[in-house]
Amino acid sequence: MIKPILKFLPFLIVLALLPLMLPAGRLGAYYLTLLILTASYAVAALGLTVLLGYSGQISLAQAAFFGIGAYTFAILGVHDGVPFWLAAIAAVAVAAVFGLVLGMISLRLASHYLALVTIGFQIITQLVLANWHALTGGPDGISNIPRPSLFGFALQTDEQFYWVSLAVLALAAYVVYRLRNSRLGGALLALREDEIAAAAYGISVFRTKVMAFSIAAALGGLGGVLYASGSLYISPDVFSFYQSVSFFAMVLVGGRESIVGTILGSGLVTFLPEVLRFLQSYTVAVYGLLIVVVVLFLPNGLYGALADGVGFLRSRRTAGAAPAEQLAATIATTAPRPVATSETLLEIKDLTKRFGGVTAVNGLNLTVCKGDVAVLIGPNGSGKTTVLNVLSGIYAANGGGIVFRGGTITNASPNQVHAAGISRTFQNIRLFPELTALENVVVGYFSKGTVGLAGTLLSVPRGYREEREAVAKARETLGALGFSRFDVRAKHLPYGQQRIVEIARAIVAGPTLLLLDEPAAGMNHEETAALSSILYRIHELGLTMLLIEHDMSFVASVATRAYVMDFGQKISEGSVQSVLADPAVIKAYLGDDVEYA
Amino acid sequence: MAEIIQLAITGVALGSIYALIAFGFGLIYTSVNVVNFAQGDFAMIGAYFMVSLELGARLPWWLALILAVLLAGACGALFQLLIYQPMRRRPRNFLPVMIATVGASVFIEQIFLVIYGPVPFQLPSIFKAQTIRLGGVSVYPQYLVIIGATAAMMALLRWFIEGTKLGKQLQATAQDADAARLMGIRVARMAALTFAISTALAGLAGLLIAPLYTVTSTMGTSIALKAFAAAIIGGFGSMTGAILGGISIGLIETFGATYISGTYRDAFPFLFLIIFLIIKPVGLFGEKVSQKV
Repeated sequence: MIKPILKFLPFLIVLALLPLMLPAGRLGAYYLTLLILTASYAVAALGLTVLLGYSGQISLAQAAFFGIGAYTFAILGVHDGVPFWLAAIAAVAVAAVFGLVLGMISLRLASHYLALVTIGFQIITQLVLANWHALTGGPDGISNIPRPSLFGFALQTDEQFYWVSLAVLALAAYVVYRLRNSRLGGALLALREDEIAAAAYGISVFRTKVMAFSIAAALGGLGGVLYASGSLYISPDVFSFYQSVSFFAMVLVGGRESIVGTILGSGLVTFLPEVLRFLQSYTVAVYGLLIVVVVLFLPNGLYGALADGVGFLRSRRTAGAAPAEQLAATIATTAPRPVATSETLLEIKDLTKRFGGVTAVNGLNLTVCKGDVAVLIGPNGSGKTTVLNVLSGIYAANGGGIVFRGGTITNASPNQVHAAGISRTFQNIRLFPELTALENVVVGYFSKGTVGLAGTLLSVPRGYREEREAVAKARETLGALGFSRFDVRAKHLPYGQQRIVEIARAIVAGPTLLLLDEPAAGMNHEETAALSSILYRIHELGLTMLLIEHDMSFVASVATRAYVMDFGQKISEGSVQSVLADPAVIKAYLGDDVEYA
Repeated sequence: MAEIIQLAITGVALGSIYALIAFGFGLIYTSVNVVNFAQGDFAMIGAYFMVSLELGARLPWWLALILAVLLAGACGALFQLLIYQPMRRRPRNFLPVMIATVGASVFIEQIFLVIYGPVPFQLPSIFKAQTIRLGGVSVYPQYLVIIGATAAMMALLRWFIEGTKLGKQLQATAQDADAARLMGIRVARMAALTFAISTALAGLAGLLIAPLYTVTSTMGTSIALKAFAAAIIGGFGSMTGAILGGISIGLIETFGATYISGTYRDAFPFLFLIIFLIIKPVGLFGEKVSQKV
C-alpha cells in the first residue's frame, strides 16, 4: 500500500496546491470550478481506463453511468434528505448495478455489437432523464444539490470541495492501481489480449468482463456524484452521447492504460475549450480530430508516448538472449525419466465432433495413463487438433464422453477443464502479446489465487502474498526452462522462445495433464533439441503429457506411447516404433498402392 | 385499418432508409473488417449536398440527386484514405479504427455545422403533391419514392456485385484480401470502392429522408444508430438481412411511437435490439463467428 502512495504523492501534492496558484478574482474562481469539473470527469474516465484500457471492451455509455450516479445522488439528497455520504454510496451502488445488468446482457456480443448496445443504453438513459418529470424534474433538472460535511466540518466552499474531490479522485486512482496490479488485473489484461487463451488458463471470460463493466459503471457513478455536488445543479443535457465521446477522448488522449495519463487527459480535455476559445464553435470538432490524431499517431496516448520513449532508452541497455544450444545445455539432465504407470488418467470414449456436415472426430477411444508422454499423430485434417480443442472445452462434443481422474469433464467450460488439472498450449502460439514474458506466466497462475474483488480493493494482506507467490513461481518455472528475459514483451520474443514461455505459462500452476499442440512446429533444429530437453524436464517433474506432433524424430525422442488418427478415428496405438511399422498407418500416410521397390 | 396500412407504409419507408445504411455498414464490415461509426454522417452529407445543389445551384432534382450521391461516395473514398488506410497494416487494428471513426464522426458533424450553420434546411419532396390516395388510404408520396428508390438501388447493387467483373473483384477482396492481391486485384482500390459505394448508399438514404425531417448536422446520428441495429438484426453483409432488419426496425419505431409513446420513439429500436440480442446473439441470419484455434 505504501509504494503506490509514494509513487503518486508528488503528483497529488501538485494537484492539491493548484487552487493556491490560481489568479485572484473571478477568473480564478472560474478556473477552480473547472478544476472541480476535471476531478469529477477524471473519476469517471478512470472507469473507462479499467474497461477500455485494461479489459479492451468498448463502451460509449460512460456518460449514462455518470448521469445515473448524479441523479441518484441528487434525488436522494434533495428530495429525500438522505445524508451526503449515504446518498453518495447509494449512487455508486445503483450505477454499478446498472453496469452489471448491462454487462450481463451484452457481453456475449462481439466488441462492435457491444459498442452499439452501450450507445443504445446511453440514448435510452438520456431520454428517461429528460422525460420522467416526477423523478428527475425533466428538462429543468434538479437544483440545490448539497455539499458534504466531514466530522462536523461543513465543506461548502469551492476550494474545500475541490480538496474533497481530489481525495475521492485519489481513492479512485488507488482502486484502479490496486486492481491493475492484482491477480484480477492480470486476468483483465489477458482477456483483452486473447480471450481463448485466457479461458484456457482458468479465467472466466464472462465473469471477468462483467466485473470490468461494473467497476467502470461504479466509477462513472462516483464521478457523477462529484459532478452533481460540485455544480450544485444537474440537467439531462449534460449526460449525452457527446459527453460519452468526450470521456473516451480523455482516456485516449492521456493514455488508455495509464492512471496518471487518464487524469492528465481529463484535465486537458476539460481545459481545452479555454485554450481554444479563439476557435469558438470549432471546439467540439477539435475533440473529434484529437481522437483521430491520437489513434493514428499516438496509440498509447500522450503519457504512453512519453513512457515508450523512456522505455526505449532503457531497453537499449539490456543484454541479448541466450542462444538455443546454450539453453539446451543448461537444462540438459541425466536423471532417469519416470516410467509410465498403468493407472488411467484420461479416458476418451466414443468421442464425436461434427462441424456442420463434416465429422472431424468419429467415435474416438483413447486412454492416457499417468506418467505417459502420449503423442497423437496422423495426416493433416485427421482431427487431432479438434480432439485437443474438445478436451480443453473450447468445442462442445456431439457425442461420447471424457473422464479425467475419475470425474466426467465432457463439455465442461475451458476454465473448468483447467481447474480439473488439464492445461494446454496452442498450435499457433497464443501468448498475450502486449504483456511481458513474466506477466504471461503469472496469468497462468491465476487459478491458484483466492482473493476476489472485494479483498483486492480492500488490500487484504493475503492478496499481496498470493501475488508475490505467483511472481516467484513464474520466475522459478521460467528459470527451470532456462529462460531469463522476464521483462520482454511477448510480441518481441523470437518464435522458439515464445513457445517456451507458452509452455511455462501452461505448467506454472502445476497441472496433472499437459496438452501440447504441435510444440515443435516451425522450430529449427537447435530449438527442437532444446524443446526435447524441456519436455524431458517437465516429464521428470511428474507431468503427464498428450501432444500432437508431425516431426517424427522429435516424436521418437520424447514419446512413450503413440496413437495414430485418420479420418477422425484411431487406427493404431502402441510404441512409436510399432505404430510407424503398422501397415494401416503407412496406408494412411502414403496411400494404398505404394510399391516398395 | 386505414391507419394501420398508413403506418405500415411509413414504417417500411423508414425501414428502407435504415436498410440502405445497414447494407453499407455490412459491406464495409465484411470487406475490410471495419465498423464505421461515421456511416450516418454520410447520410447528412448527402442531404446537405442536395441542399446546395438543388436549392443553391438550382439544378433539376434528378441531376442534383445523382451528383449528391456521387459526391457522398467521393467523400467516403477520401474518408477511408485518411482514416482506414494509415492503419490498414497495423496489427490488431480493429478497435483503434473503430474509435477513429467515432472521432471522425464528431469532427465531420461539427465541420458541417460550421459550414451550413445551425439553422435547419428544408428540402422539398420530389413530387409536389401533399398526399395521394391509394384505395382509401392517403399516402405521402415521398414514402413511395423512398421505397421505390431503395428497391431500385438494391437491384442495381446486386447486379453490380454479382454480375460485373469489378463486383467479382470486390467479392474476392472481401473474402481473402491476400489471395486477391496475388491474383492482381488492386486491393487498396477495392477498399476505396467499398467505402465509396457504402457511403453513397448512405448519402442517398440521407437525401431521400431529408424532406420528411429537416437537414441538420446531427440528422445522421440517430438514423445510423438505428441502421446499425438493423444490420445486427439482419446479420452483417447480407442484403436480404439488411432489408428485413431495416424494415423491422422501421415498423417497430413507427408503431411504437404511435401506439405506445412518441417521447420514447428513439428508445424502441434499441429496446427491441437488446431483447433480440439476448434471445439470438448472432443476428437473424447469423454472422460467421468462427474463431480459428
